[in-house]
Order: sequence, then C-alpha cells, then structure tokens
Amino acid sequence: MDLEEAEGKRVLAEAGIAVPPGELCADAEAAAAAAERLGPCAIKAQVPAGKRGKAGGVRLVDNVADARAAAEAILGMEIAGHRVSRVLVEKRADIAQELYVAVLNDVESRAPLILFSATGGMDIEDNPEALIRIPVDIMQGVERKQIFSRVQDDDVSDVLARLYDIYARTDAELVEINPLARLRGGGLLALDCKLTIDDAALYRQPGLAGRGAREKLSALEERGRELGLKYIELPGDIGVLANGAGLTMTTMDVIEHYGGAPANFLEIGGEAYTKATAALELVLANPRVKSLIVNFCGAFARTDVMAEGVVRAWETLQPTLPVFFSVHGTGEEEAVRLIRERLELEPFDRMEDAVRAAVAAAR
Amino acid sequence: MIVRGGDRVVVQGITGRQGSFWTEKMLAYGTRVVAGVNPRRAGETHCGVPVFATVRDAARSIGGADVSVMFIPPAAALEAAADAIAAGVRLLVVLTEHIPAHDVMRMHALAAAAGCRIVGPNTAGLVTPGEAFVGIMPAFNARVFRPGDIGVVSRSGSLGTLVCLSLVDAGYGQSAFIGIGGDPMLGTTATDALRAFEADERTSGIVLVGEIGGTMEEAAAGMIASVCKPVVAFIAGRASPPGKKMGHAGAIVMGSRGSYAAKRGALEAAGACVVDTPAAVAEAIKRLGC
Repeated sequence: MDLEEAEGKRVLAEAGIAVPPGELCADAEAAAAAAERLGPCAIKAQVPAGKRGKAGGVRLVDNVADARAAAEAILGMEIAGHRVSRVLVEKRADIAQELYVAVLNDVESRAPLILFSATGGMDIEDNPEALIRIPVDIMQGVERKQIFSRVQDDDVSDVLARLYDIYARTDAELVEINPLARLRGGGLLALDCKLTIDDAALYRQPGLAGRGAREKLSALEERGRELGLKYIELPGDIGVLANGAGLTMTTMDVIEHYGGAPANFLEIGGEAYTKATAALELVLANPRVKSLIVNFCGAFARTDVMAEGVVRAWETLQPTLPVFFSVHGTGEEEAVRLIRERLELEPFDRMEDAVRAAVAAAR
Repeated sequence: MIVRGGDRVVVQGITGRQGSFWTEKMLAYGTRVVAGVNPRRAGETHCGVPVFATVRDAARSIGGADVSVMFIPPAAALEAAADAIAAGVRLLVVLTEHIPAHDVMRMHALAAAAGCRIVGPNTAGLVTPGEAFVGIMPAFNARVFRPGDIGVVSRSGSLGTLVCLSLVDAGYGQSAFIGIGGDPMLGTTATDALRAFEADERTSGIVLVGEIGGTMEEAAAGMIASVCKPVVAFIAGRASPPGKKMGHAGAIVMGSRGSYAAKRGALEAAGACVVDTPAAVAEAIKRLGC
C-alpha cells in the first residue's frame, strides 16, 4: 500500500522529522488561499507515482494568482494513470543542498538496508556509486552512532535513526525522502516522502490501513478485490481461470505463444481455491472474452473442489462461449468425472492442447 | 534440502483441516512424521502421532527432529518458526503465504544464527519420489511423480506440478523436487537448489522453473556456468504486464529488473536451455541426452 506524499509527511512529522508547512487542497480557490497564508509555494500533485515533476505535476509559484493558475492546471491532470484530485500547497524552502535517504527491505540480503546519498534529487538512480549502504540486523535494530560512523553528519544520522524507527514501526517496505533538503540557515527538511506499507502487515497497522492511496483498478478489478480474488484485466479475448500464480502466468504465456491474447490474470490457488464459482463469474463478466481456458494443476488446491465450483457456476450461468479444460494433480479423477458427467466435456490431456483449442475458438 | 526417508518430521499445526489432510498423505507416502504441534492439544494423539505444545517439547521427548513443516497462519508464523529453530531442526519448511515481510526477515536472521535452513516462505514443499515428501505437493499421484534422475527446482507449486507431470509423461522421473517458494525473500534460492542437485549422485539433469520478478534466476545463472549437469529452464511471466504483482508477492517487474528478457538472457548466456512452454521441458531434457 502506497501513501501519498501528504500522508507520508504526516508520518514523518509525527516521528520528529521536519517537513515544510503546507495545506492539502481539492480546488484552485483553496490553493490560492493557502498560498496567501504561506507565501512563495510549491504546488504538488498528490498521486502515488514517482517523476511527478517531470510529468508537470509540480510547480513553483511566487504569488496568489500564479498559485491559483498552477492548481487549476494540475488538478484533473493524469499522471502515470492516476487522476489528480488534490494538490499539496507547501511553503518553499531556502535550499543549500539536496540529499537522499531511505530505509527498505533488501531482497538480496533478506534484511533491512539504510541508504544515504549526498546527491539527492530527480536522478538518484543514475548515480548509484554515490550511495552509502548501511545493512541492519533486524533483531538488533540500529543505533545512531552506527549510522554516524558511516555518514559523518549529526543531522543526517538523526533523520536516518528516526526514519529507521518509522520503517520498523509501520511494517514499511520502503520509506524514502528525496530530496531531503539541507537549508541555508542550517537544519534538514523533508521535501518529499514515499512510504510503502507491506500489504501482508496491514492487519497489525490499524492506524495506517485506511490512509493508503487509492489504487487504479478497473470496475472488474474492484469487484475481484471485494471477492478477495487477485484479478488483473488485460486487453485480450481469451479468459483465463487457473490455480497458483506460476501456473496462471504460464497459461497466459502459452496463449501468447500460440498467437492468442489473454483477457485476464486470475488465480484461485492458495486459500482462494474454494472460490471457483465467484471467479468464473468474474472472468465471464468481461464482455471481450470469446473463449475460456480452465487450467488446474492441483498441489495444495484440490482440483475436485475447484472443478465442482466451476461446474456449478457453469450450470447456473449457462454461458454460450466455448470452454477448454486441462486438469491435473490432487483430486484429478473426481474433477475429470465431474466435467465429463455434468458439462459433457472432455478435458485435454495436455495443457498446451487446451490452450491451442481456446486460441482457435477465439478467432 | 533434499528430504530423505529417514528424516524425522514434525508437523506444526497438525490438527487443522489442512494439517490433518496433508499429514495423512505424508504418512501414507512413507514420510517419517514423528510428532505434531498444537499448544492447545498437547498430550493428545492426532493422525496416529503424539501432539506436543511446542517443537522444542517434541524434540526433547522423541530424541530430536530433523525437519519441521508449518501449517500455520501468517500472524503466528514468526513465533512458530522461532520455536522450530530453537528446537534445532536442520530444515524448516514454511508453507505459509502472506507472512509480513519484517517477520520473514526476522525468521531468516534467527535461522542463519542457528544454522537452520529455511525452505520458503510460500513454498509447496519438497518431494523425493519413492522416499518421502514434506508439504502440499501431490507426491502420491503416480502421473506427476515417480523415482528418476531429474532434479526439479520451482518457485511455484502448481507450475512445478505441471512440469513434473510432463516429465513423467515423457518417461522420466525425478530425483527430487525442491519447491523454493513464491515470496521475494526466500531461505533457499534457485542457486542453493542447483548446488544441491549438482552434488546429488542420483541427479543427472536439472530443471529450473522460475518466474518474473527479483533477480534470483540471474543469480542462478552465475553458477550454472560451473554446473556439469545439463540445465533446462522455463520462466513464467513472459506475457505479464510490468508494474503489477502477479499473484506471488515476488512476481513483479520494475523497469528491466526482474523481466523475462533479463532472466532468459542471463540463463542462456550461462549455457542453460530455456524453453517456451512447459511441455517443451521434457523434449529439451531428451535432446540433451539425460
């Protein structure tokens, strides 16, 4: 779950990291009023995406009229697929230097990693050799003097120690300030904030769970989420119903290999394998779908339970489009018997053959 | 990480629906399940084996345990793993999906300090056909698994099952199946599994079933160059859009990092044979003379 900048900055401020005074505004008049109170400002689009500056979503203004015009231009913009509905109007700072700080889950070392660079700003990823990397033992945490020994700066060590506390306390995957401004008058100020919370940990982060940015989902994806199903809509016309992430991706791959195009990703493995009925309804609700491949390979997920769900949904919905089955693994005999007896269909022995038939039928 | 018939296995969460179902399957297959764990059911017998409050109690009472497998929900997984690691098991199989990442990192830190190998999280488990299996794989299905000399390492259980099935269809069997899991931070990587198969006398060819996301396949390519046995790879996710988590928490492409092209390129440069469909795995194994 990503937090928008303004929400992330609230978390920083609560932890004692300085952020500029600012106001969150939903229309240009509010932005103008905020600029009147704050003086020279930055007007910043609130979307959970990077490169907002490059997309034209951040403008610096010196007076109220410019603030109103900038807010009018930015509100309603689309940045990385997100419609801008709010801007953050923020007092401008007198910047001497832009730094970069972050704490993240380092997949390679399977441990937390603190990052610092004295050259922050827009193109941090183009300058990887300037990064100082401080690995952390998650069982011990990190002390300020450990950080100081690497960065040699009291103010930066203080911010990094607080940032690590935020990371640990919020089950963050990533917390990043870019840029962290060193002010001409001394001191550090967080000019941006990216905070990503681990979805798997939201159950124990009740204070943050409602504060995430809205994901851009299609209507069907929204329905999938409500049903507790991982559904991703794709531009093709062959519906996919499979179990397990690996097998579902592979089904899509084989569809493309034979010249077809998948209409969706939808897996009902893991704990979701009893939801086959709801899953089938979701796949069929996409009007582009011309044929359907049902590909089950049961390890944990029992193919007989999944097949029962599909057969029942098929009998209820009575769709007219062609469907092709490949069913193997745990519960296979019972699953095949159900499909033969109740749908009068013969499952394919090889998944590749079922996919080829589905591709041909969609043409 | 290749499970053997003599390994003493403890099942954590043995009394649950899935724990019971799979314990029965493991016992019927010949896996030496010696104890179960459920803090509220200590002293009882379940599936014919004694139940203890902790893995430590079980190990003390039965004179040690080699492997523990967790049928435990995400919120309780760290505590259960810490218990198994403290009990001194050699191998801990973590089936649980959706464990908070910070708990996963704590688990790995505890395991590293104790010299315990974690397989997973979010793995379907381990199978040594004809000997034993630990986890939630259909080892008992003779169309999917039979003793042979192909070592299979897979992130996905469902896709791993399909590949094993196509190997058996083509007349091959497996020396072992190592499910490494779909999480981003795994205790056992593809590289670790390749190393185990390279050292295993019963293995003559290796199949790597990977998927998009992370850089584990690229890292594995770094060691494939020094593997003497033929390696055939299938990477799932070629048709997946970038920037989306494809079901597995680990399966996401960010920029070129984790992409299909990067993985395929690295594996081919290292001398592995990368195929386009699961069925082509067995054909490639045949071509390479295994």
